[in-house]
Amino acid sequence: MEFIQSIDWLQLLRCFITGGTICIIGQILLDKTKLTSARILVIFVTTGAILGGLGIYQYLIDFAGAGATVPLTGFGANLAKGAIESVKEIGLLGAFIGGVKASAGGIAAAIFFGYIASLLAKPKIKKQ
Amino acid sequence: MHKIGKQTICFDNPPSILEAASIVGPKEADGPMASYFDKCLEDEFWGEKSWEKAESKIIKETVNLVVAKSNLATSDIDYVFAGDLLNQCISSDFGLRESNIPYFGVFGACSTFTESMCIGSVFVEANGAKNVICATSSHFCSAEKQFRFPLELGTQRPPTAQWTVTGSGAVILSQTGQGPYITNITPGKIVDMGVKDANNMGAAMAPAALDTLITHFQDTGRKPSYYDAIITGDLGHVGKEILAEMAQSKGYNINSNYNDCGVLMFDKEKQDTHAGGSGCACIATVFSGYFFKQLKDKKMKRILLIATGALMNSTSMQQGESIPGIAHAISIEI
Repeated sequence: MEFIQSIDWLQLLRCFITGGTICIIGQILLDKTKLTSARILVIFVTTGAILGGLGIYQYLIDFAGAGATVPLTGFGANLAKGAIESVKEIGLLGAFIGGVKASAGGIAAAIFFGYIASLLAKPKIKKQ
Repeated sequence: MHKIGKQTICFDNPPSILEAASIVGPKEADGPMASYFDKCLEDEFWGEKSWEKAESKIIKETVNLVVAKSNLATSDIDYVFAGDLLNQCISSDFGLRESNIPYFGVFGACSTFTESMCIGSVFVEANGAKNVICATSSHFCSAEKQFRFPLELGTQRPPTAQWTVTGSGAVILSQTGQGPYITNITPGKIVDMGVKDANNMGAAMAPAALDTLITHFQDTGRKPSYYDAIITGDLGHVGKEILAEMAQSKGYNINSNYNDCGVLMFDKEKQDTHAGGSGCACIATVFSGYFFKQLKDKKMKRILLIATGALMNSTSMQQGESIPGIAHAISIEI
């Protein structure tokens, strides 16, 4: 009960709407343009990196939390943020190290869980 | 045989289509044509470890089935002409490696079925063979993996995308037999109108189908109404409309007797297959399952079969090349 009372419902709504809007943009690109899904993913990551680098994406994260960090744009922003911080610490070399360092957890987890899933599950035909 | 017109061969002793067989996957088994196929599989793997192995098994079993249905022995088959969509035609190569029949690997993308029937019928008519098998296969999962994205990625398909048919069709062409007969063949030219979208194959192949269709009518002096049915391979809903419109604008009205195997194969609304079926097996299974029986039962007397192919590979797509189309027509009559 205490847990439910502690939930910030307004925050959840902001999270849902922001994350949902980012996904809608992806869906529109998929339906209305000839871009392949792989290209859309790259566009999202680079857009996130640019917005993150300019400091704009942080406002979105403050506003929506996971609604902004979980979509791919959040990954891009994280890369930029890590690179900038690392440059401050160790100089120009940080531009090459920082981004991957900051997102290392996400990358390693994706590989690890992807591998586990490939052992446990068998690929199937899609339904549509 | 003799050549007529620009690119059509007319047979003096038309080869007979002795027998036909088809095996399809579970999605096709849910479609409107299901009852016509010889065998419907319950899953895409058919007990194999990979989709590629499954596809090889499908074409192997289809070839075995057509031989069994014809009451011929394997040793009576002089040559087999077969092809598929996977790189270097491995489905046919691996599927038929134990068949012990001299083998020609044929590649014409989704036009391979009529392409191999063109070559096979020339062999039979020229007395180079008494009986030949023409077979093709395709598999949704292996084709997606090779040409688009691995299924594990879970990518959404755009509305113009077509659904590669899982299955295989095979026919035996023979010097003996009571028909239906292959009377004319019109091998097609490569036509490239600059379409680059791999998710819109219908539009890429329709101009090639139009070129072959019109050339066939000009060479033979026939009109569209000569045929009970004019059947293209896998233009799908998008390409079918384009072809009918373009033919109309050139003065050939095919609206009343024209259909496409990609359209016939699936129920567009119920099965959510977007623009319809495609793949080497599309026309192969629909012809072997449905049209061959219609001709045998004399419900149809003359059909024009035009398989259409998109001559691209994944490297050419990545390098931004356009998609050249091709279409080969054969007229089958009783």
